[in-house]
Amino acid sequence: MSAFLTANANLIIIFVKIALLLFIVLTVNAYLTWFERKVVAHMQSRWGPHRVGPHGLLQPLADGAKFLLKEDPTPAGVDRFTYFLAPLMALALALTSIAIIPFGPQPLHLFGHDITLGIADLNIGILALFAITALSVYGVALAGWSSNSKYPLLGGLRSSAQMVSYELALTMSVVGVLLLAGSFNLRDIINAQAHHPERGIFGWNVWPQILGFFCFFVAAVAETNRVPFDLPEAESELVAGFHTEYASFKFAMFFIAEYTSMITVSCLCTIMFFGGWLSPFPASWTFTHYLPSLILIPFGLWVIWDGIRYETIFGRIILPGVGTAITAIGAVLIVFPAVNEFVQGPFWLLAKIFVFLFVYVWMRGTLPRFRYDQLMAFGWKLLLPVSIANVVITAFAILKWGAR
Amino acid sequence: MTPQLAIFFVLATLAVLGALSLIFQRHPIHSALSLIVVMIALAGLYLLMGAEFVAAVQIIVYGGAIMVLFVFVIMLLNAGVEERTNVSKLAGVAGIPLAVALLGFLAAAIARSNESAQAGLQSGALANTKEISTMLFREFVYPFELTSFLILVAILGAIVLAQREKS
Repeated sequence: MSAFLTANANLIIIFVKIALLLFIVLTVNAYLTWFERKVVAHMQSRWGPHRVGPHGLLQPLADGAKFLLKEDPTPAGVDRFTYFLAPLMALALALTSIAIIPFGPQPLHLFGHDITLGIADLNIGILALFAITALSVYGVALAGWSSNSKYPLLGGLRSSAQMVSYELALTMSVVGVLLLAGSFNLRDIINAQAHHPERGIFGWNVWPQILGFFCFFVAAVAETNRVPFDLPEAESELVAGFHTEYASFKFAMFFIAEYTSMITVSCLCTIMFFGGWLSPFPASWTFTHYLPSLILIPFGLWVIWDGIRYETIFGRIILPGVGTAITAIGAVLIVFPAVNEFVQGPFWLLAKIFVFLFVYVWMRGTLPRFRYDQLMAFGWKLLLPVSIANVVITAFAILKWGAR
Repeated sequence: MTPQLAIFFVLATLAVLGALSLIFQRHPIHSALSLIVVMIALAGLYLLMGAEFVAAVQIIVYGGAIMVLFVFVIMLLNAGVEERTNVSKLAGVAGIPLAVALLGFLAAAIARSNESAQAGLQSGALANTKEISTMLFREFVYPFELTSFLILVAILGAIVLAQREKS
């Protein structure tokens, strides 16, 4: 047994990493729905979910159980093969794209093996991501077509037209970053932003590439079919758009795919424009390494304080427990400097990803939906020319002053 | 059998099956889906040769953009199941012998060029994106620009055809 383990160590590590990442991503997905409902509710002066578990924290679990247990009818007249293929494709492609994201600078030393954070470190990282995005149109388009129903067909048509239009701007807006980094690899793109460690936040790509970032973020939101670009599922016009005829877990697959691609886009924005795992402070400010603990410990203490006064007995048990765990993690980071050093990269990466996820939710709570002609005009007449101009300006600037 | 060879046979089988299914499927959408399978299998074969850039571009351009347009047009026209007709006489007399001849010619050409072609495939000389772009924009810049000009002409033609008549 142990001989088998040592002979196939790399393979086993990869499989464990994949399983772990899937588990984490799906859990984060579930709690992203909770976060979204809670934040949008507070923006609209409501409470949001608060019945299932303390602060509604068990709501995602209840939702998941409901998705699994609901009846799953297949409407008459659907194209069966495509009807079943579409949600599978959407989910599989969305989850695959996460595999290319690197989550931290240093490998983890465990049992004599170096375990890099992130599954696939590809030379063509960003291109591979675009390849997956290019294919993910089919999930929505085929779902719309195969349902053999008017509203889904219109939703699918809208979606494929929208995604094809915005993919151009999405791809062009990244070219500036690629020119600055000279590589498609996501790790290289982050490291290219660390050439002047003392500049901190001002070394990131977002400053020279502010136009590129604008185009990328808008186009990426459109690619993920989120507000204000969620015309494929505009409920006032198309019932539920492409997934009208889907129920139960097949609907959940579309749902999970959408939230996973939100996470992917947040990761990409962070990595390409906001320095990935780089700290926003100059590298010589080592005292900022205590920032994770400084956030975790007060937050944990607040959760305990909030928990002991909670209405239900269950909450009075669970919340202080969670708070204690958070506080303990913060304390461990102070006690063990090596662990703290290791956590710096992932901490900043996750913090920035969280900010982008919040922006997504914020937009959903704030912005109205585009009209269809506005959507097309915006994509073709504004985003595409601006992103091409950005490529030209960046290329000339690099020619004149060099990439750094 | 090395893992590379096993993967090659899986991808090659997938490509051939996809191509056959493309012809024999009766619904246009199913044919388009089969073509996507062929494109992705080809991308996998490029990846196997170490041509990462070409593989990614194959999926982005062919698997993504072009095939999405195919699917989009089929959906937009709401094309139904095609009807089977008897094989036309021209296809029987000229088409099938020509297809057999082409197949034989290709097989003979591949069988004859056994070593030099394989050496070229395995070197992975086109793996580096930088090398590809240097080659495209230095050695083959005129053919490259000529091709883009050709595409521009095609786009202009499409716009002219699609334009509403001004009366």
